[in-house]
Amino acid sequence: MARMKFLCDAERCIECNGCVTACKNANEVPWGVNRRRVVTIDDGIPGERSLSVACMHCSDAPCMAVCPVDCFYKTSEGVVLHDKDLCIGCGYCFYACPFGAPQFPQDGAFGLRGKMDKCTFCSGGPEADGSEAEFRKYGANRLAMGKLPACAEMCSTKALLGGDGDVIADIYRTRVLVRGKGSEVWGWGTAYGKPDKPQQAPAQPGSKS
Amino acid sequence: MRHRLAFLAVCAGALLAGCGEERPTTAYKQGKYQGKADTDPWAGEAFKNDKAAWENAIRQRNQAQNEYLRMGDGPGGKL
Repeated sequence: MARMKFLCDAERCIECNGCVTACKNANEVPWGVNRRRVVTIDDGIPGERSLSVACMHCSDAPCMAVCPVDCFYKTSEGVVLHDKDLCIGCGYCFYACPFGAPQFPQDGAFGLRGKMDKCTFCSGGPEADGSEAEFRKYGANRLAMGKLPACAEMCSTKALLGGDGDVIADIYRTRVLVRGKGSEVWGWGTAYGKPDKPQQAPAQPGSKS
Repeated sequence: MRHRLAFLAVCAGALLAGCGEERPTTAYKQGKYQGKADTDPWAGEAFKNDKAAWENAIRQRNQAQNEYLRMGDGPGGKL
């Protein structure tokens, strides 16, 4: 099985916020924390687009690189998770993330920044699968139940796809071929890297380039 | 006298309480994940370590997102 990815089809997103609600409900995300949100690009201008954004579980995740306590890890399915018992809430991951995914609940005195919270691809965290501790710290573990993230499965227009990267890319490709437009996948290049370009032969000395 | 001894015992207990504090046990290694180990999603009660069954379940869920298949008009069909 390939690695898990999210894909948001801007041609289909109707900004209903169903994904946001599904995430909040499935994971009982506290007030003030938004693991997923819908953003509008070119708001009010003809051709505006809406996108559902959360942690993209990047191939080369910058949050993992900058974490001073190394509390991040990547599962065998490519899901980026973290251990809340280690997180010190420094916020470095928030500054590094190109999608603004890390969230910090203000749960201490004087607006103290709490431990980081983010989308887990509905796969819990480093606690026993399906345990009360896992749900309390990280939310639902739908992956262990053989299900995909609630946001993607709940999406009414299927704008948000989540799951095996190869499969959702195939679904999207079929869609683009049928409708004949909208092949741009927002955020995929940033999250999963761009396809390698064929290597050009080095120019010969004295030849025109 | 008894009260005085009791008071001294309580004070000594309070003073020595810090001595029993355990030192943090995290052996930090730069660039290595420091937290608890996680289990695979198929290792839980639902799939009992049957990775193939888990992959099948995920595959079915993946395909449920393809509305062309859900309508019965797959990519090979009339669309």
